[in-house]
Amino acid sequence: MTLLSTIMDVCLYVAFITVSVAQVMAMIRLWKGPSTGDRILALDTMVINAIGLIVLLGIVQGTQIYFEATLIIAMLGFVSTVAYARFVLRGDIIE
Amino acid sequence: MITEIALTVGVIISLIIGLFFTGVAGIGLLKLDNAMSRLHAPTKAGTVGIGAFLMASVLHSFLLGQGSFHEFLILGFLFITAPISANFMAKVNLHRQNCTPPPAPPRDDMWATLNVPEADRELADPQELA
Repeated sequence: MTLLSTIMDVCLYVAFITVSVAQVMAMIRLWKGPSTGDRILALDTMVINAIGLIVLLGIVQGTQIYFEATLIIAMLGFVSTVAYARFVLRGDIIE
Repeated sequence: MITEIALTVGVIISLIIGLFFTGVAGIGLLKLDNAMSRLHAPTKAGTVGIGAFLMASVLHSFLLGQGSFHEFLILGFLFITAPISANFMAKVNLHRQNCTPPPAPPRDDMWATLNVPEADRELADPQELA
């Protein structure tokens, strides 16, 4: 059981490192992305990776208090992605 | 005891699935060479990765003795909204002509996002028509 707990802690830290590296990769794509669609996609990916980081933080600390923050960030990420795409497509967000 | 071991193994498996798919999504977003291919990588693999992390969170809450299922709310929300935002970003790529255009539709004149229809020509910005 102690061995399994140690393996779980190692998996948690490796997951933290992987999601952080994915976040940095999305940031590089946001920086150099050749087109507007790539930048919108990079922002959407960064929001999703941020949700993953908050969930992992909740697992490490053993609490449930990050649930509402995660839900609100998920909703804000979807709405902002749709707003960026609508702005590029129509030149206006709410017509 | 046996349930604790099973839950811990479940958390470990979910975490490994999640970190694999999240890493694949990040590498695909950075390495692929086409706008539509780059759109393909994080919107599918990233969503599955975050779903596996949320699964690990549910199993870990049962491991702590305060089990709850409300992470499935975030999971359902992400799984519903990820294809919608991917569709919008594909429409942005089509609109900005960053990819090969789709084949002409069978009956209609043109795709809605690619061109201004004939009836709306005088309403449109003349810069966009050029």
